[in-house]
Amino acid sequence: MSNHRGWVRVCHWLAAAAFLTLAVSGFLILMVHPRLYLGHAGNDLTPALLSLPISNNHRPDELHSRVIFTNVPGAPVTAERNYDIFNQNGWARSLHFLTAWILVAVGATYVAIGIVSGHIRSALLPRGRELAPRALLQDLKNHLRPAAGAIGTGPPYGLLQKLAYTSVMLVILPLMVATGLTMAPAVTASYPFLLDLFGGYQTARTIHFFGFASLVLFLLIHLAMVIATGFGRQLRAMTLGNQP
Amino acid sequence: MKQQRRMPRRVFIKGLASSAAGVLLAGCTRMDPPTYGNVLRMGDLFTYKAHRLLLPAHSLAREYDYSDISSVPAIGTTNPADPAKCGFFSDEYGPVYEQLLAKRFADWRLVVEGSVARPRAFSLDELRRMPSRTQITRHTCEEGWSAISQWTGVPLRAVLEAAGVHSSARFVQYYSYDDWADGIDMLDALHPQTILAYGMNGRDLPISHGAPLRLRVEKQLGYKSMKFLRRIVVTDYFDDNGSKGNIQNGWSWYAGI
Repeated sequence: MSNHRGWVRVCHWLAAAAFLTLAVSGFLILMVHPRLYLGHAGNDLTPALLSLPISNNHRPDELHSRVIFTNVPGAPVTAERNYDIFNQNGWARSLHFLTAWILVAVGATYVAIGIVSGHIRSALLPRGRELAPRALLQDLKNHLRPAAGAIGTGPPYGLLQKLAYTSVMLVILPLMVATGLTMAPAVTASYPFLLDLFGGYQTARTIHFFGFASLVLFLLIHLAMVIATGFGRQLRAMTLGNQP
Repeated sequence: MKQQRRMPRRVFIKGLASSAAGVLLAGCTRMDPPTYGNVLRMGDLFTYKAHRLLLPAHSLAREYDYSDISSVPAIGTTNPADPAKCGFFSDEYGPVYEQLLAKRFADWRLVVEGSVARPRAFSLDELRRMPSRTQITRHTCEEGWSAISQWTGVPLRAVLEAAGVHSSARFVQYYSYDDWADGIDMLDALHPQTILAYGMNGRDLPISHGAPLRLRVEKQLGYKSMKFLRRIVVTDYFDDNGSKGNIQNGWSWYAGI
């Protein structure tokens, strides 16, 4: 059983604070337009892939003065929205982007030290024989009945633990950055391949939402495991390191 | 005696110099959006600087096919002459817009002034006679929705060149009939896709979308593409437009993200 290293602890709490800020501000941004689409265009006048009941901003019956642009059947229309909506994006968007800069800086620092120190290779990446179905099943069983005190606070990590940490840090978070950048009109003007890679602005926004949902799911499981294996002990280990 | 007189004078001169510098910095030499000590506005400024430093300057926003044109809602001010919509009606310019609308914008003029050699006012016909550009682009709203439309108009660059922009000019400010004010830097102002649009989807710009003339800034979010234009002012310095601009209303001036 070993300690969490000092730089891991610092990065963990900075990233945790940044993630919570991004999650809250991101949810506020989503509340302003709680509909998700595929493709490049999507709005109150087009069908949605998913409509979330988290605000009362989508009121199609209250859109007035419908005008059809051409005489072709199924032609695009416009309509006026003259009701007030919930919108805190002035500060929520700016807070989201400021925090995103911070999380990217913390993440880049973490990965740089993680590679140089060998931490990512030795503690996080699963070894070949760990991925055998039998080992996987055994690890899953261990997770369903965790014994407080029996499980360490730092590395070595279990297999599912390794898979969870690496998929969050090396797959989902980079995907969040990439889909986030795909929503920035100045960025996609310079790098239009982003629009093609994700299938459009709205598809990128939808992927960004599912990335958020999976990160929240990870957080809930992570917290459940921390509580199951000794909340105070785990918190102390990640904050102060193990006491001698 | 001598010693006693020298110190205050040095302090006085120092103070004079630093306050003069302060006035200059706060006033006519300001080149960046002010943050007013607000950490969110500092983040906005950082993003703006990062984009200007890292992103290639002359790239074009994606242009779509005619078949990609989508439905599009009209939000915010949908008619500047309508006093019923609270917060979107200007006592000063609303009635003026109503008169212009009654004569189908025959008397409407776009004033172009400021740091230009030939300040002037353009009629809609004059703008229509200038070189035009038609582009099918995506309008991306800060709210999260998007729509693809075809826009026809005169490049802002052509209008600025006709007015003879001074080489010292750095920003273009614009003002609307619903009494909002905003601005963009010269990089966006001279961008080939930045147009003053009078046509939408093959017809005249509808009132709800900013008739008779709106701006299209394709590398920024929708709120920078101001509707119902009445005046353009070229400046050598940054102007946050006070209570009518984004920053003092709690929004980012730069919206490339």
